[in-house]
Amino acid sequence: MTPRDLLPILAFAALAALVPILVTAGTTLNFAIFTLILCLAAQGWNILGGYGGQYSFGHAAFFGTGAYAAALLQLKLGISPYGAFATGIAAAATVGFVIGFLSFRSGLRGSYFALVTLAFAEVFRVLANAVEFTGGAAGLLIPIDVRPANFQFASRASFYLVALGLVVVALVMTRALERARLGAQLVAVRENEQAARALGVDVLRVKLSAITLSAGITGAAGALYAQYFLYIDSNIAYGSWISVEALLAPIIGGAGTLFGPIVGAVLLHSLAEFTKSLVGRIPGVDLVIFGVLLILVVRFPPRDLPGLIRRRLGR
Amino acid sequence: MSFLEVDKVSKRFGGLLAVSDASFTVAEGSITGLIGPNGAGKTTLFAIVSGFEPPTSGQVRWRGQPITGRPPHVLAGAGIARTFQIVQPFAGLSVRENIAVGAFLRHRRRADALEVAEQVAARVGLSAELDKPAAALTVAGRKRVELAKALATAPQLLLLDEVLAGLNPSEVRDIVPVVRAIRDSGVTVLMIEHVMQAVMNLCEAVHVLAQGRIIASGTPAEVVAAPAVIEAYLGHGAAARLARHA
Amino acid sequence: MRAFPAEIVLEAVANGLLTGAVYGLVALGLTLVYGVLHIINFAHGALLTLAMYAAFVAWHAFGLDPYVAIVPLVPIFFALGYALQRFVIGPASRGDDSNILLVTLGLSIAIENLMLAIFRSDTLSVQVPYAMEVVEAGPMLLSLPRLIGFGVAFLVAAVLFVILALTDTGRAIRAVAKERVGAALVGIDVSHVYAVTFGIGAACLAVAACLLLPSFYVSPRVGNAFVLVAFTIVVLGGMGSVPGALLGGLFIGVVESLSGLYLGDSLGQIGIFVIFILVLLFRPTGLFGARA
Repeated sequence: MTPRDLLPILAFAALAALVPILVTAGTTLNFAIFTLILCLAAQGWNILGGYGGQYSFGHAAFFGTGAYAAALLQLKLGISPYGAFATGIAAAATVGFVIGFLSFRSGLRGSYFALVTLAFAEVFRVLANAVEFTGGAAGLLIPIDVRPANFQFASRASFYLVALGLVVVALVMTRALERARLGAQLVAVRENEQAARALGVDVLRVKLSAITLSAGITGAAGALYAQYFLYIDSNIAYGSWISVEALLAPIIGGAGTLFGPIVGAVLLHSLAEFTKSLVGRIPGVDLVIFGVLLILVVRFPPRDLPGLIRRRLGR
Repeated sequence: MSFLEVDKVSKRFGGLLAVSDASFTVAEGSITGLIGPNGAGKTTLFAIVSGFEPPTSGQVRWRGQPITGRPPHVLAGAGIARTFQIVQPFAGLSVRENIAVGAFLRHRRRADALEVAEQVAARVGLSAELDKPAAALTVAGRKRVELAKALATAPQLLLLDEVLAGLNPSEVRDIVPVVRAIRDSGVTVLMIEHVMQAVMNLCEAVHVLAQGRIIASGTPAEVVAAPAVIEAYLGHGAAARLARHA
Repeated sequence: MRAFPAEIVLEAVANGLLTGAVYGLVALGLTLVYGVLHIINFAHGALLTLAMYAAFVAWHAFGLDPYVAIVPLVPIFFALGYALQRFVIGPASRGDDSNILLVTLGLSIAIENLMLAIFRSDTLSVQVPYAMEVVEAGPMLLSLPRLIGFGVAFLVAAVLFVILALTDTGRAIRAVAKERVGAALVGIDVSHVYAVTFGIGAACLAVAACLLLPSFYVSPRVGNAFVLVAFTIVVLGGMGSVPGALLGGLFIGVVESLSGLYLGDSLGQIGIFVIFILVLLFRPTGLFGARA
């Protein structure tokens, strides 16, 4: 990876860092932080789904594990929130490895793989909801103790910068992946597994690396969510909403591209906020639009758009 | 000790016996042909030798060591590369990136892999198409990409599955010297082929597979004249009929 | 784990069988769509939710008893399913596996959240006089709605079997399922057959919804709960196998009933998911399916 590769990322980081300077309204910064958390979750999905072509419908399993691990380690074991955060990422990555090992070793791909990830996420959700240790249906509350050493900041701007920092780290990791051997092999597996095998690619190892990395990054998003909002329950942490968002953002913004998940997350969230301002707080309207958008994006893929427009105008 | 030895290999798919007790050897540094009528089991044999299918019985030996049942990526690492009869390009990628995937087997760094891809592309005549999307090439172009990908893994044994199929005579004429040059650079070639002119031209040894069995082995001239081979292609009694009319 | 007297266990098994038949009906649509179109319809649960809301509205606004509502809802949902496949899923996916996944997912998100937006997240239920009635069968008390559900589910399965085996449309469907290109070559309109199959699947859901309504609450996520069960059944019984769907349904119904008995409601669901994951990992073609 050369310095030139990092230029777009640095440009993005510089621009995005301006936001807390230009914007001081609490609600807007809140929106921005939430969007960054979703960007991070989407970046995780993008590694496995975008670059690797393995569509997971259950990334909530990793988001939730990151969230619960970070929260539980602080609450039950008194571990420092920063340590808990790091461990949360490791826990999510481990879950990713295990699910990947079970699924890929059995040769699951396509719809079967999507189904099994969905099932795993649901199992986690039901367990977290039923078990005392995770707070059951009441969820977990992280006590408010606003000190930087406690990973809680007085100003939203600080949280924003932390979230941005993590997004930038994920961008750098993705770029490094693109430029590395693993990245080329991952894309080859996506395009044609048989052909990749014939060229010496260890498909199982490549998929496992991808899912572990993917889970870790989405787990970081979950841990960050817990740390910022200070409350999680099984529907927030392991609910299908996050599986959907983590998938939708890259698909709409450009699966398998560096900035795709970020573009998608920003687009989707701005759209959601805009809809809310039009029709008020009717629950579900934003997701209806997301669903329709997903269908439209598949029907009229953005990269086909120029050709499509040309044909329509030519008539 | 033969370079590649297929020893009494059989393959059964449910009720179908695709390959039956096939045995043959490939000499190092040769271009060897594997011919036979359609459905004879040639591609199945390739799949077995390259690790994509395990044989129902029998052994495959490579430089004296058994390689039966090893997975394809391990065999590719050991030096056995194959092309596919129905070309399998990485559709979303450019020609350069396609070939680079093969090169990455031997080179960790992206810059090295891309450089090797360029060199290999030059060897098969694809230098002009390096940045085009692989899916945009003609059939002949895609066959060259298929060849280049396998070559980029720096194999010692190259299995070519009907690399000439679908090419017109002038395209065939262009590829034949490329295959010969590959052998001259030190790679042993085993090719499945239907284009007889190329087989006669290129191969030093030929094995004939019909209905899953090896029915003849020898030089191209010997094999083409063998009655069993004539009957396999033209039907029962054809050899005798031809002899009568000669 | 508590020990229960034999009659309680027997009753749980019996009720499990009864509910399982309706689960089988839900799974029937799913397996049919897979067997013919070779797609996994992620929108199946959302369509069930839609059907349950439709049946609820039929009761609430028009006073139609759920069992009576079957009559108008079956053609309506057949048409809806037909239109969805013909005009949305088919064109959008262009046969690509990943696209189909995404389009059916998009549909499921859109439909479920539309229900959420319209009806909010309150759970709704119908009040019918026979909802709590039971039938005595020896020592067991069997819920009447579930008994009716059992009967109707088998009836529908039988009707479906007859359609597939004896009618021209059924033959066309079976032909396309076996060999799509060959079917097209002999003049069968494949898109039409695909759409008809999808429509039949949706119609099965409409019946299932009406059968389930007397005993279950309606909420925007209700379809989801059933669909994972349906997926488990389909995967267990073999993708594309109609008898597999029914038998799988009965099996899963019993498993669910017994897990609920021994593990309590919240953990009971897990039994099904675990089976689902295990079957996917070790035998995704199911116990009845063809060898992969």
